[in-house]
Amino acid sequence: MKPSLIACALLSAAMAAPAQQKSAADGIAEYRKMLEDGNPAELYEAKGEGLWKQARGPKNASLEQCDLGKGPGKVKGAFVELPRYFADTQRVQDLESRLLSCMQTLQGFNADEIAKTPFGKGEQANIEALVAYVSAESRGMKMNLPQGHAEEKKMFELGKRAFFYRAGPYDFSCASCHSEEGKRIRMQDLPDLTKNPGDGIGYAAWPAYRVSSGQLWGMQRRLNDCFRQQRFPYPGYASDVTIALSAYMGVNAKGAESIAPALKR
Amino acid sequence: MADPMRIRAQAAGDKTTVRVLMAHEMETGQRKDASGKPIPAWFIQEVTAQHNGKTVMTAQWGPAVAKNPFLQFNIKGGKAGDKIAVSWVDNRGEKRTDEATVS
Amino acid sequence: MHTRRDMLSHSAKVAAMLAAMGMLPALAQAQAGSWNAAAFEAKNIDELMKALGAAAPAQSPDVTVTGPDIAENGAVVPVGASTTLAGVKRMLLLVEKNPAVLSAMFDVTDAVEPNFSTRVKMGQSSNVYAVAMMNDGKMLFAQKEVKVTLGGCGG
Repeated sequence: MKPSLIACALLSAAMAAPAQQKSAADGIAEYRKMLEDGNPAELYEAKGEGLWKQARGPKNASLEQCDLGKGPGKVKGAFVELPRYFADTQRVQDLESRLLSCMQTLQGFNADEIAKTPFGKGEQANIEALVAYVSAESRGMKMNLPQGHAEEKKMFELGKRAFFYRAGPYDFSCASCHSEEGKRIRMQDLPDLTKNPGDGIGYAAWPAYRVSSGQLWGMQRRLNDCFRQQRFPYPGYASDVTIALSAYMGVNAKGAESIAPALKR
Repeated sequence: MADPMRIRAQAAGDKTTVRVLMAHEMETGQRKDASGKPIPAWFIQEVTAQHNGKTVMTAQWGPAVAKNPFLQFNIKGGKAGDKIAVSWVDNRGEKRTDEATVS
Repeated sequence: MHTRRDMLSHSAKVAAMLAAMGMLPALAQAQAGSWNAAAFEAKNIDELMKALGAAAPAQSPDVTVTGPDIAENGAVVPVGASTTLAGVKRMLLLVEKNPAVLSAMFDVTDAVEPNFSTRVKMGQSSNVYAVAMMNDGKMLFAQKEVKVTLGGCGG
């Protein structure tokens, strides 16, 4: 049964006069351009940089020895190669999962508790700042996720399956909205995430400061909200399915320029 | 203590453009929380800017200014190395001052 | 002796005071000295001009209001107020259909251009006004309609 929501959106898109559609799209583009200078994500970047360098937690240590995939403490360029396999944890991890590992191992925080903390609160708010900082250090660089390790390939395949998996009361999958060119919901363009949708689009546009909530959203929160919109149960924070989906989208986006942290409605 | 502002000041030709991003909730007082209780108004009321120690701009803001406010204005003249300071005071009496050097 | 009536009237007074404090940022005004509470509570342009002790504004081609035609999200709308005129005392930014019409006012000194940009919250599509308050008491304005949409899945 075709989801009626999509059918409605497509129908109204087809019925709208082409001239009106163009000017609305232009208007939104102009609005976004006006906000480019002075992205509140910069406030999170500054906070994140401070948190990276500050000695914190029960072990009173900073995150400066954290290995994000390019060696301990190397932040520049790390973001565009995540998720990837890590030998010390023997698993493929995305940025937020890796920050949890480092916060636990280096600083003594309880990763499970942070995973249970609601977005925007407590240590979750700190992770959001760290995510802004780390992604900013790869701004302008091209997505280049590794697929050399067997586990990395496996995560990509798992992500692909999860992406096309239809479930929930509307029988939605990620693919329902994100597997074709030219789709949109109301005023939001829906990028095709089964391939590289272009520089600064889709996977290359998150994390982002979302003006509608006035907060920085990492990919974990973005995926969490996608699940909610599909009427799926919430995924576990930094769970395998979320890492797998990021691996799938990230590998597909190879070569796309990252603009994170970006600005979204 | 409030989070720091981001101030960028660039001298070009006969003016210096100052751009500021402030970290503040700018709560209007109109919203209600999950239990239905109004969230109290909490917003920046006064903003001042100084150029090399001299006050060049003062502003009064209401709660309609957006969260994490952005401000841009132009100082006449100014050159690289000059000091810009921006301060704000909110309706709770909390304050914040940050400085930047003109580039 | 505390009768039930005394206590009720006392709590009514306290409630009234608390309600007043909640409703009027004016009572917290002391913190920021010269904040013009009456101006920031004005519901329309007439009330605002009264609170500012100013004349009704006249449209002027020498005043400019900048803003997008469409704002994807009313929570953050970039707007600007500027004028090419000399002798400006203050620049104001107004959003006609907001619960309180005045968003911000900027005092102009000789050291700055009468040109200010910020971002405001708009509850709905509305006219946005830039008003120049002149040293000679004249009030001049420019207006622009800004449409506000809700995007995506409404989330």
